[in-house]
Amino acid sequence: MQKFFEFINQLDRRIIFIFVALAIILPLLFPLNIKFTVTEPVRGFYEAIDKVPNGSKVLFACDFEPGSLPELYPMTYAALEQMLKKDLKIIALSLWPAGPPLVEKALTDMAQNEFKRKYGVDYVNLGFKEGREVVMVSMGSSIPNTFPQDYRGTKVSQIPIMQGVNNFKDVKLIVNISAGYPGTKEWVQQVQARYNIGLVSGCTAVSAPEYYPYYQSKQLLGLLGGMKGAAEYEILVNRIGLGRRGMDAQSMAHVIIFLFILLGNLAYFSLKKKGT
Amino acid sequence: MGAFLTLGIISFLYKDNPWYKFCEALFVGISAGYWFCTVFWSQFVAKLWDNIYPTAGQPRQYVYLVGGILGLMMLLRLVPKIGWFSRWPLAFVVGGTAGAYLIGYALSNGMKQVKSTILPLWVSGNLNATVGNIILVVGTFCGLIYFFFSKEQKGTYGKVAKLGIFFLMITFGASFGYTVMARMSLLIGRMDFLFGTWLGLIK
Repeated sequence: MQKFFEFINQLDRRIIFIFVALAIILPLLFPLNIKFTVTEPVRGFYEAIDKVPNGSKVLFACDFEPGSLPELYPMTYAALEQMLKKDLKIIALSLWPAGPPLVEKALTDMAQNEFKRKYGVDYVNLGFKEGREVVMVSMGSSIPNTFPQDYRGTKVSQIPIMQGVNNFKDVKLIVNISAGYPGTKEWVQQVQARYNIGLVSGCTAVSAPEYYPYYQSKQLLGLLGGMKGAAEYEILVNRIGLGRRGMDAQSMAHVIIFLFILLGNLAYFSLKKKGT
Repeated sequence: MGAFLTLGIISFLYKDNPWYKFCEALFVGISAGYWFCTVFWSQFVAKLWDNIYPTAGQPRQYVYLVGGILGLMMLLRLVPKIGWFSRWPLAFVVGGTAGAYLIGYALSNGMKQVKSTILPLWVSGNLNATVGNIILVVGTFCGLIYFFFSKEQKGTYGKVAKLGIFFLMITFGASFGYTVMARMSLLIGRMDFLFGTWLGLIK
């Protein structure tokens, strides 16, 4: 046993990388279909969108960049599917510079190709605007003044879906997909707290613990935390995306990491006890 | 190209190498270039230039020059002799940010959080809610006691503070767990791309 612990203590980290890689690759190739349940914050996200009357306008704030796509794209696609099934009119925007092309791709895949919706009438991509919280506050006064033209360069006054949209009072819900700053925290502080508008968030797992107090205090009506949140949401939307496909790999990787943490601690304390 | 760059970045796990360095440099360069262009067109052109030199029929809005001048003053940091000019726009930014945050932060992170912590410690017919509310109230109270440094933390007071640390440790553990999950998700995304999109092995 002593020799085993010494081996663990001096284990090359690249061996751990191989184990983690196998724990991820194998379940992706050969799915295990591990069961998991839908949690309350995810159900809250689904129900908040579900309660919006059909045909209403919603603000879809996609504050992310390519670095967080595996976590946030599955929930972006699933949210689009739920909103489009309800025939909601989607006003999309991004406060991250590299966000608009990703939003455009998701809208094209879902709204245009899958649901055959018309750009400008059923959905619009307002693109990126620098200014972070200032943009949010400015939208409270006037959305058309803050975004005078959309991502494609068309004046907002010439876009049918934007007719009658002046500020947050003219949208029924804000759906925020957030990778960090600016994101959910700022939407809560600058918009939800001031204008008392319904807000749901899908965020990276790293930021989820910070946002749970907002959900507990009902400032967020629902919360999707990372890929696990996306997977649960895909169950509710009845969609098979990377969220659900990735859950087996996620679980196996966690088991491997847990085992290595356990072995590492056992080896450390065992060798410390023997004064090695 | 995507697979080539992904494998190049992953190759760092074995050891530092020229392939990784090339991918890293390419990523940094493209990101900086993209960011610069986006901000130039959405900030300088859309907010300053277009307002000073608008399209025909639109009035010139010289008030935007104030922002432009403040921006120029910020850049004077690069000239040590007159670098002190940058303190003025900096003061403007600090003041503006503090003001913008004050109301929202006080409402969302102060008032509403306090309100949501005032909970009944007994919910009739709902054991889950009862236990949950007790943990939340006790955890908040003990956490606040730990951060009250005007009294020496010993005796009963010290034990309550220690319980506060206990709750904080659980919070940090949860954050760590979520961080691991996030990093694994990124790896899953790349593996899904390599084995699914690229090699077509994932059905």
